[in-house]
Amino acid sequence: MKRAAVKKLKELPATSEWTFEAIDTYHTEIARVAGEFGLDVYPPQIELITAEQMMDAYASVGMPVNYHHWSFGKHFLTTEKGYRRGQMGLAYEIVINSNPCIAYLMEENTLTMQALVIAHAAYGHNSFFKGNYLFRTWTNADAIVDYLIFARHYIAECEERHGEEEVELLLDSCHALMNLGVDRYKRPPKLSLAKEKLRQSERTEYLQSQVNELWRTLPVHEAKPGRASRPRFPPEPEENLLYFVEKHAPLLEPWQREIVRIVRKIAQYFFPQRQTQVMNEGWACFWHYTLLNRLYDEGLLADSFMLEFLQSHTNVVYQPAYNERWYNGINPYALGFMMWQDIRRICESPTEEDRAWFPDIAGSDWRETLDFAMKNFKDESFVAQYLSPKVIRDLRLFAILDDEHESKLKVSAIHDERGYRRVREILSDQYNLGSREPNIQVWNVDLRGDRSLTLRHQEYRRRPLGGTIDEVMKHMARLWGFTVRLETQHEDGSIELVQETRIEKRRGHPDN
Amino acid sequence: MTRIIDRRFDSKKKSAVNRQRFMRRFKQQIRRAVSDAIQDRSIRDLDNGEQISIPSKDLSEPQFQHGRGGVWEQVFSGNDQFSSGDLINRPPAGGGGGRGQGKASNEGEGEDDFVFHLSREEFLDIFFDDLALPNLIRTQLAKITDYKTQRAGFTADGSPANINIIRSMRGALGRRLALGSPFTTRLRELQKELDAVIEACGEDSPEAIALREEIARVRAKIEAIPFIDSFDLRYNNRIKVPKPTTQAVMFCVMDVSGSMDEEKKATAKRFFMLLYLFLNRTYEHIEVVFIRHHTIAKEVDEDEFFHSRESGGTVVSSALKLMHEVIASRYARGNWNIYGAQASDGDNWDNDSPICRELLDTQILPYCQYFAYIEITPGEPQNLWREYEKLMGAHKNFAMQRIEAPADIYPVFRELFKKTLA
Repeated sequence: MKRAAVKKLKELPATSEWTFEAIDTYHTEIARVAGEFGLDVYPPQIELITAEQMMDAYASVGMPVNYHHWSFGKHFLTTEKGYRRGQMGLAYEIVINSNPCIAYLMEENTLTMQALVIAHAAYGHNSFFKGNYLFRTWTNADAIVDYLIFARHYIAECEERHGEEEVELLLDSCHALMNLGVDRYKRPPKLSLAKEKLRQSERTEYLQSQVNELWRTLPVHEAKPGRASRPRFPPEPEENLLYFVEKHAPLLEPWQREIVRIVRKIAQYFFPQRQTQVMNEGWACFWHYTLLNRLYDEGLLADSFMLEFLQSHTNVVYQPAYNERWYNGINPYALGFMMWQDIRRICESPTEEDRAWFPDIAGSDWRETLDFAMKNFKDESFVAQYLSPKVIRDLRLFAILDDEHESKLKVSAIHDERGYRRVREILSDQYNLGSREPNIQVWNVDLRGDRSLTLRHQEYRRRPLGGTIDEVMKHMARLWGFTVRLETQHEDGSIELVQETRIEKRRGHPDN
Repeated sequence: MTRIIDRRFDSKKKSAVNRQRFMRRFKQQIRRAVSDAIQDRSIRDLDNGEQISIPSKDLSEPQFQHGRGGVWEQVFSGNDQFSSGDLINRPPAGGGGGRGQGKASNEGEGEDDFVFHLSREEFLDIFFDDLALPNLIRTQLAKITDYKTQRAGFTADGSPANINIIRSMRGALGRRLALGSPFTTRLRELQKELDAVIEACGEDSPEAIALREEIARVRAKIEAIPFIDSFDLRYNNRIKVPKPTTQAVMFCVMDVSGSMDEEKKATAKRFFMLLYLFLNRTYEHIEVVFIRHHTIAKEVDEDEFFHSRESGGTVVSSALKLMHEVIASRYARGNWNIYGAQASDGDNWDNDSPICRELLDTQILPYCQYFAYIEITPGEPQNLWREYEKLMGAHKNFAMQRIEAPADIYPVFRELFKKTLA
């Protein structure tokens, strides 16, 4: 046969032990095929590391450098424990959204796995980082590593000057509010190491002078007595709690503001990742699958290689059913991979149903359609736009309504004609960070009174706040320096005070 | 251009700092876990790390989250039996159908303990923390093997810091003499000749001038011999030899009458552990004999020693008698270094205490390297203490200490270390 003949000529090495030459050969071929498919990537930088280094990277949230904090030590211990006991394989890869795009390969992996990781991380994730609008808007691949170096040095310097404990307490508080330390809608300015350093001193001076507004003791005459007529501060609710703290907390020292800012910036950097898990992982799986299959079709890969590859691939994209023991929600790898595969299918061989549901993409060029989808969506909108009846049927998705006022759960939709849209809507909402996480914003600061800060929680579908609120509120009070209140605005518009955390001594530890 | 970079040999232990921070942060919990672990350990088992578990709720990182309640509508996969509109009974809390991804993580595992492994050094460090040991002794104890460097003559190579100047210079001198001797003999001859020529022919005769030139040449040759050469150098040679170790036997004597509660036993255990650790670095082979007593004494294994309960009165001398018998029968003097450690709450039958003193004085202390008595009691010293006090002056190898908390154990060891580390 023709294929066999070709195979003899140039099959790539198929041993399980890897060598640098072998990795290089695979990489060259994968890069070539990726180029043929038109994947637009940052230049990849492949780094080989040991399992321990992989755990290090894991522990510091996947970044090559990070500041020191006990919580990273805790993560390291957890990972280490899991790994030593063999409960958990380490992730195949860590890939960093930077330019050049750093992809880590682990020493223990076989050659097949290394090739898989190269295709998955160095081409799949990499092109997603470069193309997706969220990453383009919110992160700056050229500057992140520099910024982390700056952050690490700055925090180390603060530790030296103000003591480790002090810095640690501050970081604890910032970490507690990290998820609420992001701008969801505003576009951030670009980061740059040089500019950061240059502007830092200017900024601290300026900030300190602005804080004095809060200390103004002279009464302003046009303010009329009575609560209703008092203007609120901030005039509009502020969604970014850490930003508000950085700019307005009355008692923070300049260095503390800078640390708040660092945590906030890092939270912002990870914000797109939290919103594109399904798309991003699915995209990477789709591409490692597509690229390696193309190489196989060209006769470059041995059958043994393909078998090992397919086995790991199917493990990763497996979706257990709701009643299986290892069910843990919808597997983002599985959903993402199926959806990308499905979009390609809709483009290449649409059925009648597809033409009815997706008239604009059925039969179009699949590369262009996939690129468009990858660039312009996040999980929430991606599911809302592209989840097809076929995928819903294949995964046998169904929705369950759990209302605490009802005695029974209700199956609200299943994979049938009436249910497709509903399932799609609910699944899309599940990926909406706005509904997944409580919506808490800065509502008011009592400028004329005790300088207390009021946070307002907008209730969503009657869901209450979870158990750790008082801990988080203590952290908020520590940052703010005065009493902090948390109110919930119920869906009927009524306001309820949920928690009030007072600071007894200034700068002391908050007590309840 | 692609780069494949090998980072495997880059700095390791990047997370060490974070680990230390973690340990410092949760010192209280870890310490508690360590002292629990000590309860379960054999006193000989101090060479291992320890699996430590602390409640995860103590180290959670709080966040604003949704709690249970309200309306949740979520998508699941793998429908096998439901149609729209079906009503299902609520699964029991926490299990069954469960919730989606976001929820599982913060509800399911909340109660589990956070388990991790302490290395031997970390374990000992925390163990010592309670005992208030000074640093020098900590490091001494934590070291496993002990070597002594000793002089072993001189070598021809080594590090410049070890150059032995006297030897080197002596060698250089010898070499200069040896190499120079033909020339010095010749010089002496020439000098004689010159003197003769000067006498015969006068100062400026051509012969004298020729001789002078010859003398100058020979002198130059002597001076050309290097003052010191690299092969003259001698270095002090030091070799490491393992410290001579011999065998020791440690007697743990403990009162197990009703008045010794678990807490007192735990304190006693720490004392025994520390003594064992100390002996362990001094002696290669150690045997431990456990003797427990109430009104009668018995030799038991470790487990029974620490864990079984007895009640009744106390006759301390029974244990000392037994100890003496064991020494006499199994540990003939000379071959064995005998250490004794006695822990008690000081309660003894009144008439027995003088007998104990007598026994120690004549039968036991003369054979012991060291005998330590600790009285674990918060109250007034008991009669046994008073009797033992009389021994203090007469025997240098006897120490006693009253202990309320584990930190009081140390003074006993200070005596011990002073003696052997000096």
